[in-house]
Amino acid sequence: MSTSMSNSSKQKPGLLGQLADFFDDRTGYRKLVNELLFERVPGGARWRYVWGSTLVFAFMTQAITGLVLWSSYSAGAQSAWESVFFIQHEMTGGWLLRGIHHVMAQAMVVLLALHLMQVVIDGAYRAPREVNFWLGLVLMMLVLGMALTGYLLPWDQKGYWATRVATNLAGLVPLLGPSIQQVIIGGPDYGHHTLTRFFAIHAGFLPATLVIMLVVHLSLFRKHGLCARQPIVRSDGMFWPDQVLKDAVACLAVMAVVLGVILLPALQAMLAGRPIVPGELGAELGAPADPSQPYAAARPEWYFLFLFQFLKVFEGWGASGEFLGAIVVPGVVMAMMFLMPIIGRWNLGHRFNIAFTLALLVGIGLLTGMALNEDYCALWVNKSSLAEAENLLKKTEGDPVKLSAALGGNQAQIIAMQKQFKKLEAIRNSESFLAAATQAQMDGERAIELAGRPERIPPSGALELVRSDAKSQGPRLFAQHCSSCHAYVDPQDAKASEQLAKASAANLYGFGTAAWMRGLLDPAEVAGPAYFGNTAHSDDDMVSFVTQDLTDRDTWKLEDIEAVVVAMSAESGLRPQQTAADAKATEAALIAKGRALVSDVERCGSCHTFHDNGTKLGSAPDITGWGSRSWLVGIITDPTHKQFYGDTNDRMPSFGKADPGSVPILSTQQIELVVDWLRGDWYRPAVSKAAR
Amino acid sequence: MSKQSAKNLLVRLPTTEAEPGQRRAFLAKAAAIVCGGLATLTPLAAGVWMFLDPLRRRAATASFLPVTTTTSVPDDGVPRQFAVVSDRIDAWTGFAAEPIGAVYLCRQQGAAEVQALSATCPHAGCFVQIEADENCFRCPCHNSKFTFAGSMVAPSPSPRAMDALECRLEKNGTITVKWETFYTGVAGKVTRP
Ligand code: FES
Repeated sequence: MSTSMSNSSKQKPGLLGQLADFFDDRTGYRKLVNELLFERVPGGARWRYVWGSTLVFAFMTQAITGLVLWSSYSAGAQSAWESVFFIQHEMTGGWLLRGIHHVMAQAMVVLLALHLMQVVIDGAYRAPREVNFWLGLVLMMLVLGMALTGYLLPWDQKGYWATRVATNLAGLVPLLGPSIQQVIIGGPDYGHHTLTRFFAIHAGFLPATLVIMLVVHLSLFRKHGLCARQPIVRSDGMFWPDQVLKDAVACLAVMAVVLGVILLPALQAMLAGRPIVPGELGAELGAPADPSQPYAAARPEWYFLFLFQFLKVFEGWGASGEFLGAIVVPGVVMAMMFLMPIIGRWNLGHRFNIAFTLALLVGIGLLTGMALNEDYCALWVNKSSLAEAENLLKKTEGDPVKLSAALGGNQAQIIAMQKQFKKLEAIRNSESFLAAATQAQMDGERAIELAGRPERIPPSGALELVRSDAKSQGPRLFAQHCSSCHAYVDPQDAKASEQLAKASAANLYGFGTAAWMRGLLDPAEVAGPAYFGNTAHSDDDMVSFVTQDLTDRDTWKLEDIEAVVVAMSAESGLRPQQTAADAKATEAALIAKGRALVSDVERCGSCHTFHDNGTKLGSAPDITGWGSRSWLVGIITDPTHKQFYGDTNDRMPSFGKADPGSVPILSTQQIELVVDWLRGDWYRPAVSKAAR
Repeated sequence: MSKQSAKNLLVRLPTTEAEPGQRRAFLAKAAAIVCGGLATLTPLAAGVWMFLDPLRRRAATASFLPVTTTTSVPDDGVPRQFAVVSDRIDAWTGFAAEPIGAVYLCRQQGAAEVQALSATCPHAGCFVQIEADENCFRCPCHNSKFTFAGSMVAPSPSPRAMDALECRLEKNGTITVKWETFYTGVAGKVTRP
């Protein structure tokens, strides 16, 4: 080996060598590389020096992945979510790239904390390195700024609502606040320019500034040399390859952790025998941002949770509290950090700095823990031990007078009980957060399912798609407008009777199906809570018809009733899937027989209009096309119309009818959404996601 | 090339290094390069993988699209411009019934069949226009001229005649055109995939 080496130096350089010489003569790059690599590391290479390098590596990863994401991202209120959807679910490797960008951003925050801690503990901020320390703090703020701005870019519910909170807080800055806010979000309200600006800040302003700062940071670092851990006991090492090796191993480890986080769910799916859907790996994508849809699960990214929690300390202080928590305290903390090099001139000051940094990190950790506990405690707190308190709370409604009476005035018990009440409330809060998070996840999955339709997303954007989706909007509208009277519960459900008892109008679950009709025509049920029991119709003609006429086996044989059931459910024209359970529904002969019976003016037709049976409107609803889309839209629009209940209508509002000059409770589109949902008419992917 | 000269590409080292530490240093260097390389290659590879996604995308297969009705194309031998309307998918957006391009339709005197010409210039893809005064087509970009039948008028920068499109007369009087695009700048008429 040594001979070949000494020989080679005497040999005339090869072609490549000549080329290298050519460039070296003109650029002097060998000297540069030499300077970069051959730096002395006092006391030898150490693992504790790797954090700076891992940060540079993380930034480089973000730059690479970010640029490629940029090549497919479209900043606009009707295209941001859509393009991210396309990246995540349609483009080859999009999930991986976005996953790396997303997880590495979080890794970067952790690495920042580690780097800062190492610098402070080693006193690397002291003279002559003060300026470089300050630069480091600026770099940290730039990274956090990129994290904050990046969160909004997918324009999903999560990022939208979390960022709104952040920009509203920026508005609290004295004097300039509102103007700053308006400039950042590109106008008085969120829209296209919020995205274009956030994108420019995220991918332009901040990284460009960061690169400049980083170059200065690194050259200053080289100028001062590595701040070695004291006392130096080992012999010096060289940057290349000793420290570089450690740095490279650390970078590889960071990358491995990032990939691990992305691929862990895939491994779990594999072990559980579930199919792996690449689009579900990496960064998640919620439902498209919707300013009209509340989002109770809005939380900042975990590394900002501490701030979110910290603000709660100031709850009840009003705007000045928020100002204190969001601006003053973080400002003071940042100022303290900038002062560290000055404070650290004295030995005691250095100790103070270390204590301050550790206290800060512990505080952040605690606040983060508290925030997580508030949101997720329902998952781990055992509620059964609080059963007694729960009963008492129900009885006393939290009223202290009643509570004191219930506990016989025992002060100790009262205090203990009130503590338990607090716990209960915390659990309830957590439960509603978890429910909101589950709902958010379902909404997100549905939005992605809709966006994957073969027709793709309309030019008006995915929000349009979500808003016109019966499956997700139906239940919301129903809960808002219908469920105060109507139940919607599967009679087979364990909790059905409980819910039916609360309802004051018919159970609309399966309305239009044979099963529903069978129940209506069942003398045991017609006046029960699932049908007319809790309404003004509980003793009208229909109920007496079912309980008396229909039980007369001379005129109404059981198979006649079944024929009516089948014929009526055929009127609704529900999705074949729903009626398939009732194979008879397809039997034309049975339907024909049933139709004749319904039509018969001696039977149902004596009150009900049915196709062309000639019965006049007014005595009972027209049941032509009962349960069909248009029939349901009609009755919800105006049940007082003579085609339906006329003036015998109970309490049901005319949702789609308005006095001239005012607006109806529900728009036609909203009524159609409720109807389509009741009828189970919504988009279903031809192939399930798993099979894809 | 020997190891030493490879090293000389980057830096010129003194060649009188001590022997024992060299093996260890070499291993350290190799390990550093491998680790650093793997770490860096991961985002690079993921980036290239996604960046090349467009290669996987195919244009919708050419199909006959309704353009107009026979009554709109009188048999006077003069071409007329019509928009080709079709559903179109652009990445994530689905457009319903959108104009996606233009064709010239022309019917000779007394003839039943209609000729269709793509409005895209075979030279470099500009929009060929009708020059009514001269009874010909002219491309505004580099002045290629074509007869109403689509053939080249020499001298012409265009390497070939205007691209004829397959055209069908449906029973209900609708004219449909097989919508295709071709590579420009080459003598042969080659369909774009
Ligand atoms: S593009 Fe038409 S002449 Fe060049």
